[in-house]
Amino acid sequence: MSTSASATGGPTVSSPASSTGFDLDRVRADFPILRRTVRGGKRLVYLDSAATSQKPVEVLDAERAFYEVSNAAVHRGAHQLAEEATEAYEQARRRIAGFVGAAAGDLIFTKNATEALNLAAYSFTNATAKSAVGADLPDGAERFVLKPGDEIVVTEMEHHANLVPWQEVCVKTGARLRWLGITDDGRLDLSRLGEIVNERTKVLAVVHQSNLLGTINPLKPLAERAREVGALFVVDACQSVPHVPVDVADTGADLIAWSGHKMLGPMGIGCLWGRAEVLAAMPPFITGGSMIKVVRMESSTYADPPQRFEAGVPMAAQAVGLAAAVEYLERLGMDVVAAHERELTGYLLNRMRELSGVAIIGPETTVDRGGTVSFVIDGVHAHDVGQVLDDRGVAVRVGHHCAWPTCERFGVRATARASLAVYNGRDDVDALIDAIGDTQRFFGTR
Amino acid sequence: MNATLGRETDPQLEAMYQEVILDHYRHPHGRGLREPFDTEVHHVNPVCGDEITLRLSLRTADEGAGEQEVNLSFEAQGCSISQAAASVMFEQVEGVPLTRALAVGEQFRELMDSATREVNVDEETLGDGIAFAGVARYPARVKCALLPWMALRDAAARVVGPEVVEGDRE
Ligand SMILES: Cc1ncc(COP(=O)(O)O)c(C=O)c1O
Repeated sequence: MSTSASATGGPTVSSPASSTGFDLDRVRADFPILRRTVRGGKRLVYLDSAATSQKPVEVLDAERAFYEVSNAAVHRGAHQLAEEATEAYEQARRRIAGFVGAAAGDLIFTKNATEALNLAAYSFTNATAKSAVGADLPDGAERFVLKPGDEIVVTEMEHHANLVPWQEVCVKTGARLRWLGITDDGRLDLSRLGEIVNERTKVLAVVHQSNLLGTINPLKPLAERAREVGALFVVDACQSVPHVPVDVADTGADLIAWSGHKMLGPMGIGCLWGRAEVLAAMPPFITGGSMIKVVRMESSTYADPPQRFEAGVPMAAQAVGLAAAVEYLERLGMDVVAAHERELTGYLLNRMRELSGVAIIGPETTVDRGGTVSFVIDGVHAHDVGQVLDDRGVAVRVGHHCAWPTCERFGVRATARASLAVYNGRDDVDALIDAIGDTQRFFGTR
Repeated sequence: MNATLGRETDPQLEAMYQEVILDHYRHPHGRGLREPFDTEVHHVNPVCGDEITLRLSLRTADEGAGEQEVNLSFEAQGCSISQAAASVMFEQVEGVPLTRALAVGEQFRELMDSATREVNVDEETLGDGIAFAGVARYPARVKCALLPWMALRDAAARVVGPEVVEGDRE
């Protein structure tokens, strides 16, 4: 634990600028939306960054500048604007890849993480279907061909985006879905890893940080086990890339998916990174223009990655915006961002633990956990919690957070979830805690 | 109401959490599945996971000569709004002619649209349902309020046929 903050410290306006030079007020000034008020003049206390983050003005400016200056269809046409747009798009790819220690050619842009994970899943469905009729497949595609008896392993703490696509793959190929469970304290249960991930396992798909529990999963033993049995290791890094330094090589993953809009970037862009030989072996997913090599009436051949997976006119402005977000985070320093959020997470957990009638769903300490904290209040349904919090200007998410089985695992139908980002401070946490008290008073449970 | 709230609360919020609603939430009516029944439906609100299982049987009064009357039982889980809506619905439709029950449901749906358009609600038909007027101001909660009513409509359609239920909408 990095914090021993007292909960009775009174109304702190913001975290003090730390020794690392982090200045919360300056950061906040970069986010125009934080200046607005909600519900009749109340300060916006935005604690829903796990759903989507707010965007600094640099990101908005970058998108606007692209449209004002260089707008053209990327990878099409020979005029100057097309050249500039293409360069801006590919420059963005280099920047974003660099942010996670990747080579630009191994980074595919998608609409969001959901599409990125579907791209991964459809590699299996499509390879299996093509193999069944003896169609051409890229070299090395055998590992994507599934048959009854094969197994796909996920976890009980997956977002639906990393669960439903794999269920679909199983339905279409006859493979069997298995999963790793969760311990009572919200950790991935690795006690049966060796049994559940075995020689029949073709995919191990795991969330890096749970969007409901906040748990950060240990990728190392998972990667090792996947490698031992020759399974493809897929990581959903939606909730980690925005908050902690992630280096793709360190993860041991074959494929990693995340969304731009949760990391200060625009909506409409997601990323799928893959090891070069894995991407090269994957058949295309969405097909059409821009992803082909040669097209004849009878059949076509396909471009190399990443173009093979980027059919149609891509989201160039969003790529440029996401590159600006990455530059913004790099300027702050991901270590600094992570330290700030960690300190604040500790403060939030401490204050929440002091409340009676409030239970945290997920790990109760900052050890291997991020700043996404789900909670339930005795006697008050999460929707009603969200409603009173909203009345106080406190924006949290309520419901099952697209992780329905995770809720069931903990016997709750819905939780309220506060999730932190770089622009949050202790004043936000204090506002949340006060609003929880108001909720309990409103519903007469305190 | 809600006098315990110390700080300024948006009147809209107070308007949504009418005492009637909170009362029904704390002391729901009609809970518990009963036999016999003609059909059972299960509806969920996939956004939040609120659920209702509803059983409907239609009884004909007067030895088959009168109108078909609603006989309802349900089990529900969810937020105050969906729970109270189910409880109020039970109070309003249990033992009344099906056509009348469906008419109340129509009025309720109309009421839930009142934030986005001019609506024409008949308060007399709506009865206690009028307490939910404030819910319409919160689009995310409208689905909660409608959950039991949608379940009832679905169940009725299964028993008497969708034409009859649709036909009731004019
Ligand atoms: C862990 C996790 N995986 C996947 C997703 C899906 O992301 P998106 O909705 O941007 O596709 C989310 C967020 O919604 C998430 O939190």
